[in-house]
Amino acid sequence: MDFNDTPAEAAFRAEAQSWLAAHAPAHEMPVGIKLEDTDEAARGRAWMRELYNGGWSGLTFPKALGGRGLSGIEAVIFAEEEGKYHLPKGPFTSIGTGMALPVIAKHGTDEQRARFIEPTLKGDLTWCQLFSEPAAGSDLAALRTKAVRADDGSGDWIINGQKVWSSWAHLTDWGILVVRTDPTVPKHKGLTFFVVDMKTPGIETRPIRQISGMKEFNETFLTDVRIPDANRLGAVGEGWACCMTVLMGERLGSGAHRSGVEPLLDLAARTPAGDGSTMLDDKALRLALADALAEEQGERFFQARLRTMVSKGENPGALAGMIKLAYAGRQQKVLGLGMELRGLDAIAADPADSFTPDLQYDYIYSTVMRIAGGADEVLRNQIAERVLGMPGEVRMDKDIPFEQLK
Amino acid sequence: MDFDLSDEQKMLAEQARGLLAERTPYDHLRKLIDGGAEWDEALWRELGAMGFLGANIPEAHGGLGMTELDLGVISQELGRANAAVPFFSSIVLAADAIRLAGSAAQQAEWLPKLASGEVVACFASAEGPGPVLGPGTVLAQGKLTGTKQPVADAGIASLAVVQVGEGLALVRLDQPGVTRTRLDSFDQLRAHYRIDFAGAEAEAMPGQGVLPTLLDRAAVQAAFEAVGGSEACLQMGLGYVKDRQMFGRPLASYQAIKHKLADVAVGIELAKSNAYFGGWAAEASPADLPAAAAAARLTAIKAFELAARENLQVHGGIGYTFEANCHFYYRRERMLAVIVGNRGYWANRLLNAQPGAQGKAA
Repeated sequence: MDFNDTPAEAAFRAEAQSWLAAHAPAHEMPVGIKLEDTDEAARGRAWMRELYNGGWSGLTFPKALGGRGLSGIEAVIFAEEEGKYHLPKGPFTSIGTGMALPVIAKHGTDEQRARFIEPTLKGDLTWCQLFSEPAAGSDLAALRTKAVRADDGSGDWIINGQKVWSSWAHLTDWGILVVRTDPTVPKHKGLTFFVVDMKTPGIETRPIRQISGMKEFNETFLTDVRIPDANRLGAVGEGWACCMTVLMGERLGSGAHRSGVEPLLDLAARTPAGDGSTMLDDKALRLALADALAEEQGERFFQARLRTMVSKGENPGALAGMIKLAYAGRQQKVLGLGMELRGLDAIAADPADSFTPDLQYDYIYSTVMRIAGGADEVLRNQIAERVLGMPGEVRMDKDIPFEQLK
Repeated sequence: MDFDLSDEQKMLAEQARGLLAERTPYDHLRKLIDGGAEWDEALWRELGAMGFLGANIPEAHGGLGMTELDLGVISQELGRANAAVPFFSSIVLAADAIRLAGSAAQQAEWLPKLASGEVVACFASAEGPGPVLGPGTVLAQGKLTGTKQPVADAGIASLAVVQVGEGLALVRLDQPGVTRTRLDSFDQLRAHYRIDFAGAEAEAMPGQGVLPTLLDRAAVQAAFEAVGGSEACLQMGLGYVKDRQMFGRPLASYQAIKHKLADVAVGIELAKSNAYFGGWAAEASPADLPAAAAAARLTAIKAFELAARENLQVHGGIGYTFEANCHFYYRRERMLAVIVGNRGYWANRLLNAQPGAQGKAA
C-alpha cells in the first residue's frame, strides 16, 4: 500500500499542475455571482476547447478516437488538480464527455465516432440526456416515447413522446435519446437508442420550475420528430444495452466531490453561541460534524480503493454505488445541520451574507443527489443483489409484452 | 498510488483466518464461556508460535518487524473470529506502550517475551466510570498507589502497563502490593479485573507524552478488529436470511432486509477504508495519524454497532438465544466502542486535527 504518487504519477501531476497554472486562471468563474446559464454554458465550451488544445481532453479515451489513452489513475490526478480551480464544469459539458462519448465509442459506427467524438472533445458539440419520462424514472425501461419508421421508404424514424429532467436541453446541441420501437415485446427488449440534433423540428424544451427556484432541468416534448436511421446507435431493439453503458458512466462519475464538511467547520467557528464561545464549541454539533467528516474521509479512501481496483483491471461494479449512496445521504444531513447551526439566520440572512444563500440552495439541491443517477433505494437494491448476492426484486412485468402492461 | 493490501498482507490474512476458523469455531467460544475460562490459552500459544503476536515488534526484540498495517490485518481476523485472546491488551496496548515509552533496558526485557506470548501484559488506565485515562493513581519513589478498573485480561497477565497521569509505569502483578479482583465482564470472552495497587513496586517508563499517539495507534487496531467483527456479522446475517423462509419466500428477498444489510455493507467499506489509511499513516505519514485514527475509530464504531445490532435483528427470536452466535459480537461491539476512548474523545481528536480556525478545541 502506498498512498503517495509513484514517480510516474508525480511527473504527470507536475505536468498537469504547470499546464493548469498557465491556463486555468483565465477560465475561473467569478465567486458569489450567479451567472446567466447561457454565459455559464459558453464558458464551459471555452474551457473544453482549452483542454482540447492543451491535450487534456478525453484522457482515458483511446488515442485512435482522439483521446490520450491514459489510465484511470491519471484521469483522477488531473481531476484532482483541475478541481483546485473554480472552473465552468457542469452537465452542459460532462453529459457529453461522461455519457455521450462512452456510448458512441462503444456502440457507434466508425462514421458516428468520426462525426461526434472529436467535436465533443473540443467543446463544439454539447449534449443533453433524453432518458427519463414522467412515468419512467428509476424504472427507465417503462418509457413510452415511441419511434416508428417513416412510411416514405427513407428509413427515417418518427418520434413522439415526452422526456423529462433533461439538464440543459435548452442550450445543448445534441441529445442522447432512448425510445420504444417495439411495444409487442417485453419492456427491455423493445428499446432503441439514437442521437438527435436538438434543433430538429418538433423538439420543444420547456424549463421546469424547480423547488430551488432554478430551471436548469427541462421537459422535452417530441412531436413527429424525424431522425435519420444514420443517427441510430446500436441495433434496433438493443437500446437497453446502450442505456447501461451510459448509466454505468453516471455512477462511476458521481463520486468525486469537494469536502462538504470543512466549510461547515469554518461556518461554525464564525457563528456565536451566545456565551462568548462559538458554535464550533457546541458538543452535540462537534459530534455530528466529526461523524460526517469521518465518513467523508472514509469515502475518499474507499474511492482510492476502487481506483486501485480499476488500475489493476478489476471492475468495481456495484461497489461504486456505495460511495454515491453514502455521499448523497450524508450531504443532505450535513447541509441541514449547517442551517441549524446558524440559527434562525439560516432562514433569512442579511443581504451582505453571501454564504447563507449558497447553503440554502445546496440544502435544497441535496435532494437531487439522492434521486438522480441512481436513487438511494435503487442503489441499496443493487448493493444487496450484486455485492451481497441477495435475491432480486419481484418483477411483475418481466416477461409480458409492453403493450399488455397496465 | 496503490491503495490495497499487498499480496503478502492478503496471504497473512488468509493464514490467520484459516487458523482461527479451525481453532475457534463458535461452539468452542460457547464452551469457553460455559467453563468460566479466562481465555483461550491454547490458541494464544499457537498464535505466538506462528509469529502473529510479534508481528509489529522490531526484529531486534524477537518480533517480525512488520508494519501497523500488517498488525491491522491480524486484528481484523481476530475480530472476525471473536477470539478469546489478550491480543489487544498485551500487543496492541502494552507492547506498543513499551516500544513508545520504555527505556532500552525495559524494551529488551519485555518485548521479546511479549512477542513470543510467553508473558501476557495488561494495560491499566481507567478508574471506574469516566474517561479512559484515569486521574487518581500515584507513583512516588517507585511505589504505585491507586485502583484501576476495569482492566482487561489482568487475571492472566504477569505484567501491567499502568497509566499514571500523563506517564506510564511497569508493574509486575505477582507481588504483595497488588490485589486483583475479577469483575463480571459484559464481554464474556474477555475477563476484566479491578486492580488495587497498595504501594506496589513500579518502574516508570522514561518516554513522556506518548499517550495520545499510543491511543491513536490502538484506535486503528480497534477499528480493524471492529471491521472484522462487522464482516462476520454481515456474513452471518446474510447466511441466515438467505436460508430462512417467510411467507413463502426467502427472508433475504424482502426489501426491508436488503436495504438494512446494504447499509451495513456500506458502513463496513467506509470503516475499512479509513482503517487502511490509518494503518498506512501510522508508519508512512505520522502527521496524518491523529485524524486518520479518529476517522477510523468513528466510522468503525458506527459500522460495528449497526452490523451487530442488525445481525441479531434479522435473526429474530433465535438471535436472542445463547445457541445462536449473534451475541458474541453484540457484546464484543460494546467493548470495542469504549475501549480506547468514547466518541466524544475521537470527535474532538478529529476536529482538532483540522487546519486553521477549525482546529480550535472545544
